[in-house]
Amino acid sequence: MADVSFDRATRIYPGTEAPAVDALELEIPDGEFMVLVGPSGSGKTTALRMLAGLEEVDAGAVLIGGRDVTDLPAKERDVAMVFQNYALYPYLSVAANIGFPLKIAHVKKSERERRVREAAELLGLVDYLARKPGQLSGGQRQRVAMGRAIVREPSVFLMDEPLSNLDAKLRVQMRADIAALQDRLGTTTVYVTHDQAEAMTLGDRVAVMKDGRLQQCDEPRVLYERPVNTFVAGFIGSPAMNLCTLPCSNGAVSFGGSRIPVPAGNGEVVVGLRPESLELAGEGLPAEVQVVEELGADAYVFCASALGRLVARTEAKRAPARGERVALRPVAEEAHLFDAGGERVSGIDH
Amino acid sequence: MTTAAATAPLARRKPPLAVRRRRFLVAVANHSLLIAVAVLFLAPFAFIALTALMSTNQALSSHLWPQPFRWSNFVDVWSKAPLLRWALNTAMYSGLATLGVLVSSIPVAYALSRLRWRGRDAVFLVVLVALMLPPQVSVIPVYVLWAKLHLVGTLWPLIIPSWLGDAFSIFLLRQFFLTIPEEYLDAARVDGCGELRILTTVVLRLAKPAIAAVALFSILYTFNDYFLPLLYVGESPHHWVASIGLSQFRSLHQVQWNLTMAATLLVMAPVIVLFFLAQKAFVEGVTLTGVKG
Repeated sequence: MADVSFDRATRIYPGTEAPAVDALELEIPDGEFMVLVGPSGSGKTTALRMLAGLEEVDAGAVLIGGRDVTDLPAKERDVAMVFQNYALYPYLSVAANIGFPLKIAHVKKSERERRVREAAELLGLVDYLARKPGQLSGGQRQRVAMGRAIVREPSVFLMDEPLSNLDAKLRVQMRADIAALQDRLGTTTVYVTHDQAEAMTLGDRVAVMKDGRLQQCDEPRVLYERPVNTFVAGFIGSPAMNLCTLPCSNGAVSFGGSRIPVPAGNGEVVVGLRPESLELAGEGLPAEVQVVEELGADAYVFCASALGRLVARTEAKRAPARGERVALRPVAEEAHLFDAGGERVSGIDH
Repeated sequence: MTTAAATAPLARRKPPLAVRRRRFLVAVANHSLLIAVAVLFLAPFAFIALTALMSTNQALSSHLWPQPFRWSNFVDVWSKAPLLRWALNTAMYSGLATLGVLVSSIPVAYALSRLRWRGRDAVFLVVLVALMLPPQVSVIPVYVLWAKLHLVGTLWPLIIPSWLGDAFSIFLLRQFFLTIPEEYLDAARVDGCGELRILTTVVLRLAKPAIAAVALFSILYTFNDYFLPLLYVGESPHHWVASIGLSQFRSLHQVQWNLTMAATLLVMAPVIVLFFLAQKAFVEGVTLTGVKG
């Protein structure tokens, strides 16, 4: 087990000018479950591959357990990786796939068999050891890939969107399994996903990336409650936060007649309101209901208004019908405020 | 009423007569065409086989069917020509050249497809140029080279070049290696493999069909090769391969077409058997790489 740190690590792909990962600074303590999240092209997978030794580091450094591994090949970094498509060798049995890294490391056959069996027991794969990957379901293959990673007892686990090929139900189940496994093994884990729900449920901390730059790294709850900029505010949370640019005068903005105080300055500010911070009320911003998404107890109401498209959460039994005219009122004390450049306005805490 | 309909066994609907007739006619047309093409390909082979079983006089007549079947032609032909020597020489040429092609081309194809290095594309361009160059273009300087090495009259000028890479095989293997998902190689790298280990434990296993196709192409090419053996061992009967031997046999026993055909059939037999045994790998390798032989 080991801590991991990216020290202004940068990757610029040959033939391009913009860095895929731009001066990434990230400290991951020993045993932490760190999730890198961001949209396509944000550099999260490149950062993971830099840590794995599969991608060159053009500037800065990568350290594992205090050791500078920037120029070490993948095989000398003591990391194990689970890939999006699992990368199970189709010609090897499940047992041979799991035992592959041990075989490469010249571990004795008896020891190898013991450790493969242990991993298989941990993952519920004992009955499938003789099968080939082609004879397994998606979830089983995913577990074999996990088995191949844990059997080595590496310092760091790296996972590159390991659940993205599974169906929704299995994904939720595997998510819980991975969290339990990591908790049990206590191995430092870096997990890449584009699914913010996965990031929020799995990570001890979540690092949000965009265009190769780290936007914010914090605990999931902090990311949700105190996003540092409009990108994080819009990316974390589903449905996304409502973001409206409004003029500020006399230390406040007016949102459908409601006053939201702004700590300093005039000009324009971006007001961010989570769907749960926007109420359907008798008075407020007039809007027309376009879509209603019912999710059991709650419903999300998507409305067209003078400030653009807004989403409000309400009780399902009180949800309006499509086409109905409603009024939206913000919960002023739950509003997030950002300056015109999209950065959080300091002094506002919720 | 509805319950009865629901529980009744599902009756398979018959397509209308016109549809059935059209399908039947299309099937007849397709099969006729395929049979015609098959006959076209099999006729020369059948002619060789039937002539090989005739007596000398019969072979010169207009008869197509041997009467009686002279199986002894296949025994006679061994005494009239050193078939075993030709077969051994051919096996040595084919075997060593094919082994050489594989040993030399696989690492090059891997380096050209999976390793990142400066000048890679330029080197691949050179391979493509070599692929387009007919062997006749370089034959004189190469012949002079072998003559200076005193190897003309042996099989080595045929075998050694194969150990220095073959453009077609490199190209075919490179195309196949490019289809192997990068994740397999990355997984192996993280699991502790170096590039040579990845090549031998992962790539070779995944590229089996392409490697089989390259081996088969090489065997067929060397087996059928007439030009180069004629050039280098034409004057040295002890080193004749089957293609040269057969041609000489035909000129020596021109009136004995039955024996010539029997010898031809014996020489063809191993390749035909090999092709049938490896047909699946051969077709797979060619289709997967999108390369035509």
